[in-house]
Amino acid sequence: MDFIITLVNGLSLGGIYAMIALGYTMVYGIAKMLNFAHGDIIMVGGYTILLFLPINPVLAIVAAIVFCVIVGIVIERFAYKPLRGSSPLAVLITAIGVSTLLQSLAQVLFGSAPKIKQINLGALQLGDLKIDYSTIITLVCSIIVMVVLNLFVKHTKTGRAMVAVSEDKGAAQLMGINVNHIIMVTFAIGSALAALAGLFYFLKVQTMTTTFGALPGIKAFTAAVIGGIGSIPGAMVGGLLLGIVECVCQSIPELSSYTDAIEFSILIVILLVKPTGILGKKRREKV
Amino acid sequence: MAKLIDNVKNFVSTKILKKTHKRENIKSDYVLETKNLGISFGGLKAAQNINLKIKKNEIYGLIGPNGAGKTTVFNLLTGVYQPTEGTFYLCGEELTGLPQDKINHKGIARTFQNIRLFNNMTVVRNVMVGLANQPEYKCSLLESLLRLPRHFKNEKAMRQRAKELLRIFDLEDERNNLACNLPYGKQRKLEIARALATNPKLLLLDEPAAGMNPNETEDLVNTIKTIRDQFDMTILLIEHDMKFVSGLCDRITVLNFGTVLAEGDTKTALNDPEVIKAYIGG
Repeated sequence: MDFIITLVNGLSLGGIYAMIALGYTMVYGIAKMLNFAHGDIIMVGGYTILLFLPINPVLAIVAAIVFCVIVGIVIERFAYKPLRGSSPLAVLITAIGVSTLLQSLAQVLFGSAPKIKQINLGALQLGDLKIDYSTIITLVCSIIVMVVLNLFVKHTKTGRAMVAVSEDKGAAQLMGINVNHIIMVTFAIGSALAALAGLFYFLKVQTMTTTFGALPGIKAFTAAVIGGIGSIPGAMVGGLLLGIVECVCQSIPELSSYTDAIEFSILIVILLVKPTGILGKKRREKV
Repeated sequence: MAKLIDNVKNFVSTKILKKTHKRENIKSDYVLETKNLGISFGGLKAAQNINLKIKKNEIYGLIGPNGAGKTTVFNLLTGVYQPTEGTFYLCGEELTGLPQDKINHKGIARTFQNIRLFNNMTVVRNVMVGLANQPEYKCSLLESLLRLPRHFKNEKAMRQRAKELLRIFDLEDERNNLACNLPYGKQRKLEIARALATNPKLLLLDEPAAGMNPNETEDLVNTIKTIRDQFDMTILLIEHDMKFVSGLCDRITVLNFGTVLAEGDTKTALNDPEVIKAYIGG
């Protein structure tokens, strides 16, 4: 019984990681950059939800998604776009700079004291099983998000254009694809997913700080690398795997204090055994 | 120091030139017309004074020894490089300075010397990427996300059109295979199909016969002729295989060291003593 609860919790946490990891992996696949400010978009989403929650919960979610999408597009337009074509290190440092900027901005606006808000949605009782509704909602929503995203990428023009850009940016452009537009759409989708992840992660931890997005961000990045960065199904697999491992470890008293260590060790092992990640594709470099 | 100031002045003046340069439309009987088109990388003049005039339905060859600047011309015509001098017109409309995707929308499509397909996409999806920008398949992102009827109608129409294109190239049976799993000759054909999917007025083929055996080359000659007749297409191609060029091209331009060495109908130009000298030395 306990095991089933652990598994459900793990899948739900994994769903959150997967949603964030999708943002990392899509941006990497299409813009060929690591957007280290992605974790902080989660934080932006979290604060937006907190701000609008007293008015109306639905409004709060919509506001968070819209605001995160705007922030994501603005960051891309003003921080990353001018650097397109420059060295990857410059972009990486800029991303870290944007991350610090967002955190400091949040600190100025909301103060550094953690904001705690209890949200209890109740629990589902199935015989001996007792599962929080928030866990179930997270799980269901993350599954829906992944299915919709898969359909989007496979069966829409924009989705196909995204895959084409990630395969060969130059050729895609010469086939009439506006690469800047596609990169913008990618950032928008990533940020919307981050906003949702912010909501669900907040339901889980119920505490809001300016570094709220840091830990899930870095774990999701790990998940993306484990799954194979650049690969959408890889991010999903990596996220779910990491979530389950985390919950299983926490449920075993002897292991619980080593949870993070175990998770990151998995990353090291996978990088040693299969450097491209579980579903990552081998890229042949032409000489 | 004086040199530095000169450089800055040059830089500023080219910037201003770019901004104030207004694209003009001319009356032209040609599908492609270039006027003194050229580009220099620093001191190296990779191409200069290129004047091409290509008539409708013509198959036009661009030949020359290695490093003559043939692919550079293609890159200029597709917006990969911005010309530092000169202008070019497609059916009388000036396209100089437009970004790559806009030039493609206006009607120039190309293939690549070393094949650049979307390798991990299926054959049919490769073609559908090319189809995406045509107005008849217009469908907003929102409509697609909400999966309204128009989305499905569009997808079906695009798939149908892609299949028709693939049929011309004998690729219909391969449509669900990954592009990277096709044999070399078929990959070249798929690249042409993908370029045609963008509905161009002018098709640029960069060494379409490279790496093909004589049978495949002969097959390709027929395919290119079919394309011209069936799509009412104008084709500009780069090729090294002289048999291929003389069997296919109506007229050619010979480049050497970035400048035009000879031009005219294929036989005359190939027999020009300057051209022979450039190829065999002397």
